[in-house]
Amino acid sequence: MAQFMSLADAVAEMVRDGDSVAMEGFTHLIPFAAGHEVIRQGRKHLTLIRMTPDLIYDQLIGMGCADKLVFSWGGNPGVGSTHRIRDAVENGWPHALAIEEHSHAAMANAYEAGAANLPFAMLRGYIGVDLPKVNPRIKKVTCPYTGEVLATVPALRPDVGIIHAQRADREGNVLIEGIVGCQKEVVLASKRTIVTVEEVVEKLGTTSYNSVVLPHWTVGAVVEVPGGSHPSYAQGYYTRDNSFYIAWDKVSRDRDSFLAWMKENVLDKTPAAFAAHAKRTA
Amino acid sequence: MADFTPNEIMTIVAARALKNDDVCFVGIGAPSAACNLARLTHAPQITLIYESGTIGTRPNVLPLSIGDGELCETALCTVSVPEMFRYWLQGGRITVGFLGGAQIDRFANINTTVVGPDDKPKVRLPGGGGAPEIATNCGEIFITMAMGKRAFIEKLPFITSMGHGPTGRERRAFGMKSLGPTKLMTDLCVFEPDPETKEMTVVSIHPGVTREQIAENCGWTPRYIDNVPETPAPTKLELETLRDIQARTKAAHAA
Repeated sequence: MAQFMSLADAVAEMVRDGDSVAMEGFTHLIPFAAGHEVIRQGRKHLTLIRMTPDLIYDQLIGMGCADKLVFSWGGNPGVGSTHRIRDAVENGWPHALAIEEHSHAAMANAYEAGAANLPFAMLRGYIGVDLPKVNPRIKKVTCPYTGEVLATVPALRPDVGIIHAQRADREGNVLIEGIVGCQKEVVLASKRTIVTVEEVVEKLGTTSYNSVVLPHWTVGAVVEVPGGSHPSYAQGYYTRDNSFYIAWDKVSRDRDSFLAWMKENVLDKTPAAFAAHAKRTA
Repeated sequence: MADFTPNEIMTIVAARALKNDDVCFVGIGAPSAACNLARLTHAPQITLIYESGTIGTRPNVLPLSIGDGELCETALCTVSVPEMFRYWLQGGRITVGFLGGAQIDRFANINTTVVGPDDKPKVRLPGGGGAPEIATNCGEIFITMAMGKRAFIEKLPFITSMGHGPTGRERRAFGMKSLGPTKLMTDLCVFEPDPETKEMTVVSIHPGVTREQIAENCGWTPRYIDNVPETPAPTKLELETLRDIQARTKAAHAA
């Protein structure tokens, strides 16, 4: 049941040390403000799940919040490496990071299986490739009707699912528009959820009968955080800050410049700092 | 003949491979530039699909990521990511998958995962993303990559997405109906698979490029078809269209 909370209270109540946490949003609507709050509250030993770790997990992993990463494409899109993730995998800084690696198709299917209350997902995938040799959780099943051998991966059932959305109404019903990614599946697959939104409105103002709406009784904490997905974006509110993604390459390449950036822009800030980014016009 | 860079002719030759009635699953980077150049020149009705869920997108500037808002705003429709991979890719709706990569071998298998042994990686690359299933579920695969000894290598440390398999025979062995990589467009030449062995074979050489240059930038000894033709040089329209969209893109991403 939706509960309106502050971001600090939502993270304190929903996210615990050692949890598996999925912060989703496929390039669009990435919940950066919530990720920063998890860092500020010093959560440890998390298993972080995300198709594209993006800068949000580069930051969480660089700050030592995670023991394990479950992912399918780990770069800075269009720019290059996520340097903090690489430093953790290649050099164990700030500590060792276990990885469980999939393809996009497998992870998308695994979230869907979680939402559908199934134990595993099945796909025509991983054919002729090496990933199953290094990820023992990728297995096979034989179709009982045709005999075709298909790949399987376990369903994703995160302890906590965290997403950012355009808006919620006073009851806590949530609207997501544009590139909707797999947020609906993540919320329905997760035990506990946090939804940050650009604004809380009287009426959602849906433009179509089929707009993605998560009913208030499917979500947990609902938090108004204008600008809360910067440098990702919220369609209809502000555009992706591509110049930030390009600039992050230099900031994150070096451990000291990364830590200085995190202190100035995350540790010494509050969620209200994101409001400045909400003014970028879409 | 207009002046052009190796990267420009690579993109232009890649664009020419696409047809007006193709339904194309677009990888980011060089493939995205080539697919949109095709759309803005000879293939205005081509359907471009990005894995973020955008179908029939017509971006005015090239996206930095596969999920920029521009892709959604200019698309015919946008579906969820699970639907994209299940109904559209796995469902067999895509005629051409367009991929790039970090490393490739003579059978067009691609590595974008790791350089060095996997339990102690020397250089960790981004990983597969959509590529492992794009490579096997699309009707055929086009690849565009600049040549170099560190990119075109004899034996891959890791196969992220399958081309024709380690020996060139695996597709048939798996009973796969899709064609796999049918074209590899580089900055020096174009490769296509030999009909029998599936080894990627040079079928045209770009203007001004020598066989010595190709050999110097290839980790195996490349084979050539008989009487290899010269790749037609970029036209004025192709070059101007490419430079226009790249200039618009650069200005937009810096804003």
